Amino acid sequence: MNWTKKDLLEIKDLTKDEILLILETAESFKEISLREIKKVPTLRGKTVITLFYEPSTRTRTSFEIAAKRLSADTINISASTSSFVKGETLKDTGKNLESMKPDVIIIRHSMPGAPHILARTLKSSIINAGDGAHEHPTQALLDLFTIKEKKGKIDGLKIVIIGDIMHSRVARSNIFALKQFDTEIVCCGPATMIPPYIEKLGIAVEYNINRAVKDADVVMMLRIQKERGRISYIPSIREYAILYGLKKAHLEKAKKDVIVMHPGPMNRGVEISDEVADGEYSVILDQVENGVAVRMAILYLLTGREQ
Amino acid sequence: MKKKVFLDKKAIDRTLTRITHEILEKNKGCEDLCLIGIRTRGVFLAKRIQEKIKKIEKKELPLGILDITMYRDDLFKIKLPVVKKTDISFDINNKIVLLIDDVMHTGRTIRAAIDALMDLGRPKKIQLAVLVDRGNRELPIHPDFAGIFYAIGAGEEILVKLKENDGKDEVIIVGTQ
Repeated sequence: MNWTKKDLLEIKDLTKDEILLILETAESFKEISLREIKKVPTLRGKTVITLFYEPSTRTRTSFEIAAKRLSADTINISASTSSFVKGETLKDTGKNLESMKPDVIIIRHSMPGAPHILARTLKSSIINAGDGAHEHPTQALLDLFTIKEKKGKIDGLKIVIIGDIMHSRVARSNIFALKQFDTEIVCCGPATMIPPYIEKLGIAVEYNINRAVKDADVVMMLRIQKERGRISYIPSIREYAILYGLKKAHLEKAKKDVIVMHPGPMNRGVEISDEVADGEYSVILDQVENGVAVRMAILYLLTGREQ
Repeated sequence: MKKKVFLDKKAIDRTLTRITHEILEKNKGCEDLCLIGIRTRGVFLAKRIQEKIKKIEKKELPLGILDITMYRDDLFKIKLPVVKKTDISFDINNKIVLLIDDVMHTGRTIRAAIDALMDLGRPKKIQLAVLVDRGNRELPIHPDFAGIFYAIGAGEEILVKLKENDGKDEVIIVGTQ
């Protein structure tokens, strides 16, 4: 199995073998972060740019640490400090950056398809770090890695995704990734936040959280995106917290070894209670740890692709 | 294409026994010694040497696995290799690390392995044992313990097969001569 793609834009265009290659490669990279000297010379002389038009702590830091541990040089650009505020177009920003010969550009943008525009325009490898409500492929890959690490497998599991499925790029990427495996996927949330025709993808919809989490192996919580005005889809945050916030009592109905995931940042007391977020079933910080290894694997595969 | 069996199963075993005795002789026993096999076949040879030392010295030495892919000097010039796990669960600081590989050729693999080890700690010594030294070095690196030396001719190739990986034990030479 060889990696041939120039870019990582969406889970939807990955094959199962490509997903497995990323996960397998990430396993080998994970050990580096546990060393005293957390650096290998693998990407020496490569340049990685992170171009973030949306705020981020986890994803940007994770990519930067991943690149640095592989000895690549990294440059971070955020919209507020870039020529974006002077009105430069995305294509022009991309072309100007490319003139400085980066090998990889990692982009986050509120507009779905923004990474695709760069990928078509530039010779550098483009990684989508989240494009609007479309996809967030590296999050799904680190989620799969964490599931595989904790459960020893992905096939045969019941995975419940709870929250604003409609506007979640994390949910979308995870659904496309999990559908490549023999999994039972259940989406749960208020009717206004469940995309129409989602059942056509072979996904079950459940509006009651108690019924949704029954016998679940994995419960994946989504963030209520207050900053995007998603509150208008629900009567109130308080009602949402009561009906769809994950509490310890819900987990008693799940499998005994259930794991709880959240892509962060959490709204404690809204979609997830403190006792669950910090409890024994939570693998939320493992997700963050694994994110570095998965992103190292992706950087390695993209820069070393067969040309 | 001609094929000649250079070492058979028994000869490989005898060679490894001899190397094992040389290792113990040079290090005056196995104090502070640890074994690290280079993926893929070096790992199986390391296990065999570990077994032999156990029989002779009644002591089980720590055994690690090293994947040198991340340290290769030709990484982006060849078909991208799959990175496999490095698994060294013991401290190599102030230890005598014995690197083990099947075939030594240009010396570039060993250069990568030494760099990888240095990132994991500061061993007291690094020694090198190989089953076959086929000459043709491109770097000033030489094995401390070599099973056999065979200077390879043009158009020839030497292949090490081990039963753990290839179903049977043999060292064969294929080629024109």
